[in-house]
Amino acid sequence: MIQVLAFYLFAGLTLASGLAVILSRNPVHSVLWLILAFFNAAGLMVLLGAEFIAMLLVIVYVGAVAVLFLFVVMMLDIDFATLRAGFTKSLPLGLFIAGVLLAELLLGMGAEHIGALKIGTADGQNAALAGASNIEAIGTLLYGRYLFLFEVSGLILLVAMVGAIILTHRQREGVRGQNISRQVSRRPDEATVNTRPGVGEGVQI
Amino acid sequence: MNSILFIVFLPLAAAFVAGLGNKALGKLPAKLLTTGALFASCLLSWPVFLGFLGGHMEATVVPVLQWVHSGDLSFNWELRVDALTAVMLVVVTTVSALVHLYSWGYMDEEPDQPRFFAYLSLFTFAMLMLVTANNLVQMFFGWEGVGLASYLLIGFWFRKPSASAAAIKAFVVNRVGDLGFMLGIFGTYLVFHTVDIPTILAAAPSMAGTTIGFLGGRFDTMTVLCILLFIGAMGKSAQLGLHTWLPDAMEGPTPVSALIHAATMVTAGVFMVCRLSPMFQTSPVALEVITVIGAATCFFAATVGTCQWDIKRVIAYSTCSQLGYMFFAAGVGAYSASMFHLFTHAFFKALLFLGAGSVIHAMHHEQDMRFYGGLWKKIPLTFAAMMAGTLAITGVGIAEIGGFAGFYSKDAIIEAAYARGTGLGHLASFTGIFAALLTSFYSWRLVFLTFFGKPRWAESEHIQHAVHDAHGHDTHGHDDHSHHAHDDGTAGYHPHESPLVMLIPLGVLSLGAVAAGAVFHGSFTGVETAGEFWKNSTLFFNRDLFEAAEHIPQAVKWAPFVVMLTGLAVAYYAYIVNPKFPAAFVRAFKPLHAFCYNKWYFDELYDVLFVRPAFWIGRQFWSADKKIIDGLGPDGAAKIVALGSVGARRLQSGLLTSYALWMLVGLVAAVSWVLVR
Amino acid sequence: MIGIEHYIVVSSILFVLGVLGIFINRKNIITVLMAIELILLAVNINLVAFSSFLHDLTGQIFAMFVLTVAAGEAAIGLAILVIYFRGRGTIAVDDVNHLKG
Repeated sequence: MIQVLAFYLFAGLTLASGLAVILSRNPVHSVLWLILAFFNAAGLMVLLGAEFIAMLLVIVYVGAVAVLFLFVVMMLDIDFATLRAGFTKSLPLGLFIAGVLLAELLLGMGAEHIGALKIGTADGQNAALAGASNIEAIGTLLYGRYLFLFEVSGLILLVAMVGAIILTHRQREGVRGQNISRQVSRRPDEATVNTRPGVGEGVQI
Repeated sequence: MNSILFIVFLPLAAAFVAGLGNKALGKLPAKLLTTGALFASCLLSWPVFLGFLGGHMEATVVPVLQWVHSGDLSFNWELRVDALTAVMLVVVTTVSALVHLYSWGYMDEEPDQPRFFAYLSLFTFAMLMLVTANNLVQMFFGWEGVGLASYLLIGFWFRKPSASAAAIKAFVVNRVGDLGFMLGIFGTYLVFHTVDIPTILAAAPSMAGTTIGFLGGRFDTMTVLCILLFIGAMGKSAQLGLHTWLPDAMEGPTPVSALIHAATMVTAGVFMVCRLSPMFQTSPVALEVITVIGAATCFFAATVGTCQWDIKRVIAYSTCSQLGYMFFAAGVGAYSASMFHLFTHAFFKALLFLGAGSVIHAMHHEQDMRFYGGLWKKIPLTFAAMMAGTLAITGVGIAEIGGFAGFYSKDAIIEAAYARGTGLGHLASFTGIFAALLTSFYSWRLVFLTFFGKPRWAESEHIQHAVHDAHGHDTHGHDDHSHHAHDDGTAGYHPHESPLVMLIPLGVLSLGAVAAGAVFHGSFTGVETAGEFWKNSTLFFNRDLFEAAEHIPQAVKWAPFVVMLTGLAVAYYAYIVNPKFPAAFVRAFKPLHAFCYNKWYFDELYDVLFVRPAFWIGRQFWSADKKIIDGLGPDGAAKIVALGSVGARRLQSGLLTSYALWMLVGLVAAVSWVLVR
Repeated sequence: MIGIEHYIVVSSILFVLGVLGIFINRKNIITVLMAIELILLAVNINLVAFSSFLHDLTGQIFAMFVLTVAAGEAAIGLAILVIYFRGRGTIAVDDVNHLKG
């Protein structure tokens, strides 16, 4: 009983938050609604018994991605007053297309429900270990079978990080850094120069 | 018979090389090549002609190439050499060679000489193909070839609008005639199942009484065919109705007029009728039509020629009139007299044209006779040549004793026409006599206006240009002349004789004009001897007719002589004795003079009847083409593409989000397709 | 009882909401990025639901990888946005039309 209630609660809130994300005027509000959506989705996943994924969702999505969004929204100094309200010209077409898409997805589900469509059956290879907790099961699979993919995903994150840094890196004007190699390759005869300037004249550097 | 191959194809080779070489080849090599080729052809042609005259040559056919063999229709490139061909070979190559030589002098300042000589040689080749044709299709090839060459040569100075227009006019009017010719050829093939001339001529009498369906009615077969073929001849030989192009053709250089519009191309129609004479003999109606039109042309052209001021126009109308003689001679059955007149006419008409060219050259391209006068002292050799030509054309001669060329041939025609005995024959004969009167008058008028009297060229623009150029170039050579020369009508300009290259052809042609009649009349029209000559050809020689011509009344025999003297006397009175007489005469007969001067208003009539409606129809089609066909087709397609791209451009808004939308649309479409499948 | 269909419905609706969010917003580009996150979230829910009902852990592993890539993609996307803003001074959707043909 409580599961049903919890499901409807979490599901409803997720959908409402999703709607609010795209309809919200203020981008900061959008981000906050997004965070709410993430939380509720995490709740849904706990209901499904995938608590590791749920916590991962909270930590990574909410804690990192959404916060990043917030940082950027704050940083970009958007002038809220000039943001246009209302919808684009293509709203009717967009709604129609989205409706069609939704209908098709539900149609697919309905077909499965009446038995016209078969969902594949699991072959037991990746079944959860009996008695192990969710996290243990995932760990066994991840570091066992899917080790290569795990490493690659690490590389993806590395690339993303490097990419973000390079993209946003700015050369600062007027900063005088050190050119180490020039310093090291300096010779004594060019280190100092003897000049005899006249009285009142300066020296050319 | 290998010489015939050289005769016909040497000019072609020369034309080819000179034409394609053009500036790269250079003036002198082009001139040498073409003139040399023509002289070679000429030298090879005379033995052929003399051979036929002597009676020791027979008609032969020399095959050249296979052409068409398609089911029932079969004909080849062949060269027929018979007596009739020989006459034409001599006429064409001799006049052409002399014209080539003459052009060395006349076209001396022309920058485009290789093109000119190439065109002349090309024309000669086409004409030779025409006269050596053994089937109607090859004759038509030559026919069209000379038409093309005529167009190219009339419009030689194509940057001059009037020359260009004249060339187009010649070609278009010829085309009308060619339509008749083509229908004639098609009809002939339909009836005889062949286009081979000897076969047709042999089979012609058997078709004499049959009928053929034409334009919805049934008519006598041979009459229809012959009249259609004659329409072609009308176009090419400038007979009444299709004559309007000939005077305008004088826009071309004078050597062109001498070659094409005096001696050769315009005689192609006469040649064709004589070549196919057995066919024409089977249709009395067609012959009557030819007689009527020939006589009408003869009369018409003579009346118009008497009023013209341009020296070349007078000679052009004279040509038209003489062609009328040749045609009505053919119409009464005296084909050999027609050919004889063609032969002599080639010589004296070419002589007259080249002489006129010499005068024009001396008078710095002034062509209006009102600005001539007193030239016999300045250009005596040209004067002598023109005198010879005029004596020939007016037919000066005494029966039984001898005379100039035209005397023999023209009188032969008039006598034969009378001897025909029919009403039409008598009418034609009298028309010929009256035209002879006019011919004498305008020929002597030309001579008197040009060579006698006081110099009148002071007012001429061309002369004034020449004087200014001379004054500009010489600094102190003519100072004393300029002071006292202005009151004698010369404006200080002194015409001088033409160079030797122009005088030699005049000399040779003078010889022909004087002697050709006397030397050859026996072979052409003599009662006993001509039959021997003409039996080796397709020409129908009516011995009885010429027999009868010897027994016509004396009055008719002497009439041309009397009439010639009358014309001379009138011209002498009007232009030497009493120069005010012509103006008074014109004032007295103003409408008649206007009618004749304006060429009987034919050009105006054709303009209203044909030219304007044709242009109007053309404009309607052009506008329909532009609006409907172009609108639906190219322009419409282009507009649709433009509209399409305008629409497509709106898709490229640059907005990321709308691109995303379209991607989604595509995705949904793909998913739907999978689902529906 | 809650069957897999319920989770599929939730996931579908969330997905469509995300898709809608990409192109019907007129506010700013960040909304687009957030909509993309919604899409990825929907996919995650779907994967985890199936994993649970089929007793196959593959779904959850895949969901983890999706999470990883989503994080990386968000980072890069925002970096690009920051640079864009530096150059243009605006991130309003209608002004981002430099590819207009």
